[in-house]
Amino acid sequence: MSPSDEQLFPGETALITARGLKKAYGRTDALRGASLDLHAGEILAVTGTSGSGKSTLLHCLAGIVRPDDGSVTYGGERIDRASEERLGELRRTDFGVVFQFGQLIPELTALDNVALPLLLAGVRRGPAQQRAGEWLERFGVRGQADLRPGEMSGGQSQRVALARALVTGPKAVFADEPTGALDTLAGEQVMTALVHTAREAGTAVLLITHDARTAAYADREVWLRDGVVDPGADAVTVQEAARHEG
Amino acid sequence: MSTRHVLLGLLAAGPCHGYDLKRQYDARFPQARPLAYGQVYTTLQRLVRDGLAAVEGTDSDGGPERTLYGSTDEGARELARWAGEITAPAPFVTNEIFAKVVVSILVAAAAARTGQGGPDAAAHLRAQRAAHMERMRELTALKAAPGADLSTVLSADYALVHLDADVRWMTTTTARIDTLTAEVHAA
Repeated sequence: MSPSDEQLFPGETALITARGLKKAYGRTDALRGASLDLHAGEILAVTGTSGSGKSTLLHCLAGIVRPDDGSVTYGGERIDRASEERLGELRRTDFGVVFQFGQLIPELTALDNVALPLLLAGVRRGPAQQRAGEWLERFGVRGQADLRPGEMSGGQSQRVALARALVTGPKAVFADEPTGALDTLAGEQVMTALVHTAREAGTAVLLITHDARTAAYADREVWLRDGVVDPGADAVTVQEAARHEG
Repeated sequence: MSTRHVLLGLLAAGPCHGYDLKRQYDARFPQARPLAYGQVYTTLQRLVRDGLAAVEGTDSDGGPERTLYGSTDEGARELARWAGEITAPAPFVTNEIFAKVVVSILVAAAAARTGQGGPDAAAHLRAQRAAHMERMRELTALKAAPGADLSTVLSADYALVHLDADVRWMTTTTARIDTLTAEVHAA
């Protein structure tokens, strides 16, 4: 008998469950039946070489892209079938996303960039800016509050982007190569800040990386190869997938 | 790591007894395996035998009598020679993993000829990678812990970059395992 999730993660249930995800862009299969579980509060690294489907997997899980086949379940809800309106709501409240290049809004200061998700969620400007300031503090970039993205270093911008992703208190943060554009030391500062803050807040993190040293910040790793989770790289996922598909 | 030279280096600060040397060693090299007392005393005796260290007296500090060791002039010269010596850019564990991969391919080919199951080189690489990643997670947790001192961070970093090199090599090798198998069979 293969061990169940309950045996391997006692007391934990999956926050997000992906099963048999398939996604093609034109004639290119990005995902060819990928399955994985992201548990509440865990930090999960998804590694693999370029073109293995890592980013597509993240986009499907975060509700940015709809898979061609398979399912994504978040707290019992099939988000691969959810309306655009509902997906927008989830991205504003329950999910945070960070990309390789922070993708901050260049015209806004660091403080206003971080306050923006709160304003969109209906928080008034004063309290939103106060909370944004607290999050900049947690990521060690309070001193950069009045700077615009072009006036900050890559590492500072990325920490502002993390503050923006976490400011709404999301259940899950999706980070796509968050240190990919940074030198080693700046990358380590970003990862340390992300891991400490996510653990404190109990936020689950799905971390996409091709770099083993970045993946080593996570609690566990799944290895993606040619659009599927590599057998043996993560026993839980493989057994889970087999149980589901079998 | 040459325990002999590191102990000699610790003695450069002044005479010390075995127990304190062990404590200093463990504190300065937190990623190394802790030194066994037996190894400390054997090493000190050899340093004395070779004229690199000398017994400088005893102290009891209220407890049992302990021998104090100090570095000699010859010891200082040997230490300077060792510290300035360039370490050979030798391959690390990759060689052993590569040997196991090739042997797995050979054994699998032999087993296949007799219709039996053999080792799976790709599965071996996956298992080795998982073991490397587990160790890398431990080292990363150690260095990312609040209040970790710079010695801990730098010595963990040293191990991490070497393990990372192995992981990169294993990734490339896994991707090219079919070609390698054909090449090993053809040779």
